[in-house]
Amino acid sequence: MTAEAPAHEDARNTHHGHSNGHEAGHGTFKSYMTGFILSIILTAIPFWLVMGEVFDSKILTAALIMVFGAIQIVVHMIYFLHMNTRSEGGWTMMALIFTLVIVFIALAGSLWVMHHLNANMMPMSPEMMKNMP
Amino acid sequence: MFSNPDLLKFIFGRLTLEAIPYHEPILIVTFIGVMLGGLALLGVITYFKFWGPLWRDWITSVDHKKIGIMYIILAIIMLLRGFSDAVLMRAQQALAFGENEGFLPPHHYDQIFTAHGVIMIFFVAMPFVTGFMNFVVPLQIGARDVSFPFLNNFSFWMTTAGAIIIMLSLFIGEFARTGWLAYPPLSGAAYSPGVGVDYYLWGLQVAGVGTTLSGINLIATIVKMRAPGMTFMKMPIFTWTSLCTNVLIVATFPILTATLALLSLDRYVGTNFFTNDLGGNPMMYINLIWIWGHPEVYILVLPAFGIFSEVVATFCGKRLFGYASMVYATCVIMILSYLVWLHHFFTMGSGASVNAFFGITTMIISIPTGAKIFNWLFTMYRGRIRYEVPMLWTVGFMVTFVIGGMTGVMLAVPPADFVLHNSLFLIAHFHNVIIGGVLFGLLAGVNYWFPKAFGFKLDPFWGKMSFWFWLIGFYIAFMPLYVLGLMGVTRRLSHIEDPSLQIWFVTAAVGVALIACGIASFIIQLVVSFRKREELRDVTGDPWNGRTLEWSTSSPPPDYNFAFTPVVHDHDSWYDMKNRGYGRPLQGFKPIHMPKNTGAGAILSTLSVALAFGLIWYIWWLVAVSFVAILAVAIIHTFNYNRDFYISAEDVSAEETRRTELLARQV
Repeated sequence: MTAEAPAHEDARNTHHGHSNGHEAGHGTFKSYMTGFILSIILTAIPFWLVMGEVFDSKILTAALIMVFGAIQIVVHMIYFLHMNTRSEGGWTMMALIFTLVIVFIALAGSLWVMHHLNANMMPMSPEMMKNMP
Repeated sequence: MFSNPDLLKFIFGRLTLEAIPYHEPILIVTFIGVMLGGLALLGVITYFKFWGPLWRDWITSVDHKKIGIMYIILAIIMLLRGFSDAVLMRAQQALAFGENEGFLPPHHYDQIFTAHGVIMIFFVAMPFVTGFMNFVVPLQIGARDVSFPFLNNFSFWMTTAGAIIIMLSLFIGEFARTGWLAYPPLSGAAYSPGVGVDYYLWGLQVAGVGTTLSGINLIATIVKMRAPGMTFMKMPIFTWTSLCTNVLIVATFPILTATLALLSLDRYVGTNFFTNDLGGNPMMYINLIWIWGHPEVYILVLPAFGIFSEVVATFCGKRLFGYASMVYATCVIMILSYLVWLHHFFTMGSGASVNAFFGITTMIISIPTGAKIFNWLFTMYRGRIRYEVPMLWTVGFMVTFVIGGMTGVMLAVPPADFVLHNSLFLIAHFHNVIIGGVLFGLLAGVNYWFPKAFGFKLDPFWGKMSFWFWLIGFYIAFMPLYVLGLMGVTRRLSHIEDPSLQIWFVTAAVGVALIACGIASFIIQLVVSFRKREELRDVTGDPWNGRTLEWSTSSPPPDYNFAFTPVVHDHDSWYDMKNRGYGRPLQGFKPIHMPKNTGAGAILSTLSVALAFGLIWYIWWLVAVSFVAILAVAIIHTFNYNRDFYISAEDVSAEETRRTELLARQV
């Protein structure tokens, strides 16, 4: 992206509150409806999983809800935020990748650090372990 | 009415007369001083009828140059507050030995060191850095303003609102007594029941809104509004460091906001994220706050590196050595700064594997930083160095920062850190890099860009006085702390038993007195320069024989910055233009479309202060009213379509002709 000259915008265009050039598309009725229906389905399934008590294992249910949440995020990004690899000359994609890297570092790092702190700094007897909340 | 406690409680929440610290003589004297100073200022403004121009030209201004200047004024005012805290601490520590209790009671001393840290980082360094980015970046990339001019004004006023909230705590109630990062469980409701931590939380949350939004704004500006021909690898280094800094801001400040929000929930609604029981874990707070806290350090120092790069290239009359390596070093620092946060709490007990990982990443980060130092040295090598004031600061920085960097690498070794953690060695280290790195850079920047902002240079004599006082004062104030730290003295002590240590603290206090002379010289420099402004006038717009686009404009630049957007061919674009015999366009001016001033930012920020004040003192009606008012003002503002105007071609032409005549008179 360093090679191409940046799109030159005259000040004429840049100071408008809302009318400056969106390079990302605005989406069609169909794409909004697709996104909307997908979101409803992806929201309904977790509700059903919890209210219908489909699985015995709570951990499995929780994990599945997380998975559906993650898919939902992707649906929102594609259909509502109109993100793809080309919009804004690739900048939205760059920003997304950077965000994912940072979120990954923060989450994985915290879990790793906290796991070690827990293992090292929380001496407890088996009885205490059993009575943990 | 006064016999009805319920009504009083409804109106004032937990705010009572007891909250006014009239029994503390130090605070009363300060309060009287501030009131007299404030009244004198208001009197002067009224007498000279400045209220109208102040509101029209400054408070409501969306011009990035004026907002940048206002940020820096805020930073300098807060520097005086933060520095007076430092003086109190140093004086207390120099006196309080053995029998002598000093003049500050412990609860007051604890507030002072907390306030010193919070103010210096959030309300001195941050606005100073943001101010420079605001002022310089659009000029360097050939733009007429930032991407979102109103947002810029709003960001500034939110930062100011945060500063006002922190300042209020001096005279109404108290400030946190927890240290500048307010670690729980000490900062939780159980151990800090008063308003101190609440002042801290809401002050930072309100200012954080401004910081995050200004980060977004500047990223958008740099990515979208560069002059034609200015590819990324032709951007001035200061713009590059600003870009990386703002990416860091946008990626990390949400973590701070979330962490402080969780602590607020603990304090306000009784959740247990960071408490000692019911599954809470204070270590998580420390972990999260440093995921923000370490990149924050680089948020401050990267723009300073950018300033030094500009200054070195200009005052050595050479192209910056290793431009590409400078860019890559900046980007590598940006990424690596996310991978080192645990070095702030090696001693918390993560064990060998985790500590080793973070120790090694910390040592790695010194490599790109070292590469930068060599780049500056090689730029100076065989350059025609002019030792003007900005260059002095730069050389002073290089010497001082290397020392600070080396002690930093020492602290990065986990076993060594177990000895040095929370000692005065650490205090000496980070003051070494923040004063020697950030502050020297900012003062170099003030001396360098002042003529661009105001049209006259700063007086060099007082600038040099300021530099030497600061430099020598810094060494005398902080080198003793290294020694004390190695002897095992920990930070934040209000009283010390061992009288043999007193000599070191007295020496450090002498250093602070010298730094005070440095700050006084800086203020004298401003006054003297203003009085001698006709002598120091810069008519050319390019007083230092500069290399980047901001020096192609007049000093101060016109409202629209550039009558025509410049076209860029090389990374020292103005130097390149001068070499190719660039002629200013003298005719064919077109009307220029500009954003209009608006008071919405100042109003929203005032309401935010009210909201925060209500939240701090549990004045719930005030919270409700100001919250609704904020929403209302924000919505009404979106219906304001009258936001732009044109500077007519005749006005542009007249402005440019004036400049042409000025330039012609020079030759």
